Amino acid sequence: MKTSLRLLLAALVPAAAALLSGCERPPIETVQTGFRGTGMEQIYNPRTLLKQASLNQAPVATEAASADGPKAKDIYKNVQVLGDLSVAQFNRHMASITQWVAPDAGCAYCHNLENFAEDTKYTKVVARRMIQMTQRVNQDWKAHVAETGVTCYTCHRGNNIPANVWFAPKDRKYTTNSVMGDLAGQNLASKSVGLTSLPFDPFTPYLKDAAPIRVNGNTAMVLRGDAVNRSSTKQAEHTYSLMVHMSESLGVNCTYCHNTRNFASWEESRPQRVTAWHGIRMARDLNNDYMTPLTDTFPAHRLGPKGDVAKVNCTTCHQGAYKPLYGAAMAKDFPELQAVAKP
Amino acid sequence: MAEYQNLFTSVQPVGPLHDGVALPRGDDKRLGTPFLFHLLGRIGNAQIGPVYLGTLGVASLLFGTLAFNIIGFNMLASVDWSPIELIRQLFWLALEPPPPAFGLGIPPLAQGGWWLIVGFMLTVSILLWWTRTYRRARQLGLGTHVAWAYAAAIWLYLVCGLFRPIMMGSWSEAVPFGIFPHLDWVSALSLRYGNLFYNPFHALSIVFLYGSVLLFAMHGATILAVSRFGGEREIEQIVDRGTASERAALFWRWTMGFNATMESIHRWAWWFAVLCPLVGGVGILLTGTVVDNWYLWSVNHHVAPAYPLVSPTVLDPAILGAKP
Repeated sequence: MKTSLRLLLAALVPAAAALLSGCERPPIETVQTGFRGTGMEQIYNPRTLLKQASLNQAPVATEAASADGPKAKDIYKNVQVLGDLSVAQFNRHMASITQWVAPDAGCAYCHNLENFAEDTKYTKVVARRMIQMTQRVNQDWKAHVAETGVTCYTCHRGNNIPANVWFAPKDRKYTTNSVMGDLAGQNLASKSVGLTSLPFDPFTPYLKDAAPIRVNGNTAMVLRGDAVNRSSTKQAEHTYSLMVHMSESLGVNCTYCHNTRNFASWEESRPQRVTAWHGIRMARDLNNDYMTPLTDTFPAHRLGPKGDVAKVNCTTCHQGAYKPLYGAAMAKDFPELQAVAKP
Repeated sequence: MAEYQNLFTSVQPVGPLHDGVALPRGDDKRLGTPFLFHLLGRIGNAQIGPVYLGTLGVASLLFGTLAFNIIGFNMLASVDWSPIELIRQLFWLALEPPPPAFGLGIPPLAQGGWWLIVGFMLTVSILLWWTRTYRRARQLGLGTHVAWAYAAAIWLYLVCGLFRPIMMGSWSEAVPFGIFPHLDWVSALSLRYGNLFYNPFHALSIVFLYGSVLLFAMHGATILAVSRFGGEREIEQIVDRGTASERAALFWRWTMGFNATMESIHRWAWWFAVLCPLVGGVGILLTGTVVDNWYLWSVNHHVAPAYPLVSPTVLDPAILGAKP
């Protein structure tokens, strides 16, 4: 008896250890955000938060340049944006962009060093459009970015291409004309939806197209005729996948925005939900008005498996933080990015 | 002396191996030569076999195996026929019901057709297995309690996969065949229909589920505790109580004022277990067919309390005429 008990323990202990190895090591801190007993709280692990914080530091802005002197558009050729800056301000901006987007390649990443005015490199054409996009975000999407605003660095973080962009997912090898193995757009362990088996492309329907996100009805009972709520359970899975993406992007749980006993209710939600609502529309606007029209500008190797351009989602800026760079007000040092430049 | 106060059965009385009672005429032969397996004897009966398969068993296994294999090959195809990916992603993979556009129509094989075929085969297999449990019980001269308890589980299975989809007019409402995917389906169903936790039948189902667990623990503990007085001879003690039953009854009367009897405790357990899927099935059947939002239903019926709002007034930006 004693030996068999010992044997059993010898088997159980490693088994328990193996099971626990998938768990997160404590401590876990809980921050209450709503009325007691409603489960409105955020859960943090100070250890992972510390690591996150160090990854989301804003660089120190270079000293502001003098606004005196001739304007950039009068001195340089082919200046289509930022032309109203003084030459000193313009050069400061160019130096900052280099630091934000192409610290290794330098000016040559976008410019022909023989002739800076030339538009021969696609990167220069894209960069110009991206400056306009940044201005658009800061001017027209204050409902989402408020006075904090964004700069190139918010997404790029020193990378030529932001680390988190999305493409339409590639087809599987045997997908065409196969009678078996339909994935129905889900059921793979996908990072895009937090390793759930939910639909793995929540971006095309919601951040490019404007498929309806809301699936809940406003009445207790099922209505008849035209008034019936036709949202399907599969549609709810799609909405769920978008919400998991947002939760993963911001490093928060559902109750950051919603009161989970009634997800649909706005009055029981936190104000953050309104900000997020505008964020969805903002991402959609940027993808359709700025990214997609650039498809032909990019060389083929920069495009996705289906030939679509890289697009933005919540992670592109947020990168695991509830506010990008934990709310560092970087944009205030770059007033030229605050309003869309007059052509 | 034999003790019963242990996780494992410490006594294994071993007699001559036997096939069991003679079967009525018309029954098949039992399969396999019985043998003893000591380790299994620690948790159950050490004698393994013989098995009665019969026509119903064979037919059920045939349909079940076909369904299982069609699911498996669809999963394999969905990872581009890579066996390694099949193992890696096994818990994520699934055979999905058709998309909503097909309603109750027959979809192409690649878009839920296989799901429909598997659903049919699995249902046939389960119903044949039910008939087998009923028939075997009858042939042994038993009551059919096991078959009806199994039928309660089949009811819930049919509600989720057949009755509710038909009432909703769409196969897409049914459950996918897959480990995580069917759990995600459960979450999505709850999200779509305004939080299933506010469904009173769901609540009742949980009462019976946890109740079953509680009763199981109470009964198991009671019988083990009085086994030193021969308390495991429950069936005899239904008609002839003896000191084990008396003491067990006394224990519960002292601690909570009321006690079940050697017979009634089994009825309690059976009804609690059976009512769990029965009422759960009713709750699912009403979801989307009668009730569209269980939370709002609960508010209407004064079940869901209102809490003070902590955040400033939050309004739906869509009705405020916010831009796009």
